[in-house]
Amino acid sequence: MIEAQHLTKRYGDRTAVDDLSFTVRPGIVTGFLGPNGSGKSTTMRMIMGLDYPNAGRAIVNGHSYHDLRWPLREVGALLEAKAIHPGRPAWAHLMMLAETNGIPRGRVDEVIAMVGLESAASQRAGKFSLGMSQRLGIAAALLGDPSVLIFDEPVNGLDPDGIRWARLLLRRLASEGRTVFVSSHLMSEMALTADEVIIIGRGRFLAQQPVAEMTSRSTARFVRVRSPQLDLLRAALDSGGAQTALEDDGSLAVRGIDRAAIGDIAAREGLVLHELASEKASLEDVFMELTNKELEYSGSSGTEGNRQ
Amino acid sequence: MWTLGSTVFVGLAVSAVVAGVTRAHWATEPVSNRAAFDPVETTLMGVYLGGALLVGILGILVVSSEYGTGTIRATLAAAPRRPMVLAAKVIVFGTVTLVVAEVTAFAGFLLGQALLTSPARHATLSSPGALRAVVGIGLFLCVVGLLALGIAVVVRHSAGAISTYVFVMLVLPIIVSGLPNSLQHPIERLLPLSIGSVMINNSVPDAFGPWTGFLILCSYTAVILALSTVLLVRRDA
Repeated sequence: MIEAQHLTKRYGDRTAVDDLSFTVRPGIVTGFLGPNGSGKSTTMRMIMGLDYPNAGRAIVNGHSYHDLRWPLREVGALLEAKAIHPGRPAWAHLMMLAETNGIPRGRVDEVIAMVGLESAASQRAGKFSLGMSQRLGIAAALLGDPSVLIFDEPVNGLDPDGIRWARLLLRRLASEGRTVFVSSHLMSEMALTADEVIIIGRGRFLAQQPVAEMTSRSTARFVRVRSPQLDLLRAALDSGGAQTALEDDGSLAVRGIDRAAIGDIAAREGLVLHELASEKASLEDVFMELTNKELEYSGSSGTEGNRQ
Repeated sequence: MWTLGSTVFVGLAVSAVVAGVTRAHWATEPVSNRAAFDPVETTLMGVYLGGALLVGILGILVVSSEYGTGTIRATLAAAPRRPMVLAAKVIVFGTVTLVVAEVTAFAGFLLGQALLTSPARHATLSSPGALRAVVGIGLFLCVVGLLALGIAVVVRHSAGAISTYVFVMLVLPIIVSGLPNSLQHPIERLLPLSIGSVMINNSVPDAFGPWTGFLILCSYTAVILALSTVLLVRRDA
């Protein structure tokens, strides 16, 4: 279990993490979402005892990280895949970590096999591609068979097959009763992997909820409608009090009334419907809604104003 | 590993070259030079100067490469008790450096003496001050290497640490030599470069004895290592 209690971190006059509190429970995959620069990596480093909070504390399995006798056997983390001495072969790096924490050498071979790096194990880490480095980092995290796992962008650099492998691995680890804490930018992937998400923005806590609840509560839910008489249907819906927006693919996104009501209106006007489907908001939509005001770095996408 | 190897090589090479050239030119050197010639000092020059530079760079890289690659975070995550991490580095690096430095000092000395055949004067290990110079320069290099290691923990940046080290070892003496004699002498004898010179029988005005100087050097290193322990513990990774 991971507990953050009023974590605060300032760099000069910039507040990276602001009074952040949350609990990550064992047995589920907990996602950690936030825009770039929102303080996710900083928070994870504070949990690992690498950076010191200005206020508050982070507790892992009831202790602060510095008090753990064999840290790698309780907490496994992938924070930065490339943080490996480039001249060292992969197995040597893992062996080094194993020896510092009293982990038996046979375990090194086990984790190398688990992540599929057998053929690259004796190559120098400096020659690894990003995907291979990520796998090595995951292997290092699993080395001590820890009950708490922390991953910062684990699927970064993995191909679709690798992403799927990682997702299954994370779900399996959680089902074994471990605490799995994953940060990511890939909303769609997070929606498939995580059971619960914690969303932060500008270092502040925004929301913590099960993924399913989060997507169902959002106002971004809408009904997708297609019709050969779309303009007429749209006019009828608009006058009925709904908000309609034309999508890029030619369908109509209708908010404010449910499917049954749309069907009734269409029937009343004698209009043909080709599609009438309830769309769950994607995690991306929920995320955008919550964090829109909290973006640290935002470019202009040039498409604002296209949605009416 | 390359740096260690080059330390040994440079130490031996300079010793051999200087000894060989001295021998070759012996007959043509004026008498006063011949009288002032110290075979011990000559053969250990290369070990001392080349060694100080290379050992320092090695000591710095042992630490700063971890910061450069970010490995320091993996290290500190695996071993959050930071004073222990530093102690481990000090012990391993100190031991290896001491062994290599002593071997190089002995080899450089013996090689050089072997090349100083008559009529050039040569010394043996039983010559007065010879054994002390050889053993002492090895110890000197070990402590100076640890000084560099401490600097690297404080500065955390390869180029910055090397610059600081080179400044302290080589540039500071040059600056001090520009001072008037009354100021220069008391300050100069405190500099690591002078301490090493005295250790290999060079003469520095008003200098401390070789072992006194060595203790002074050890105190510098102890202070830097203490400072680096505090900073390592208190700063973010």
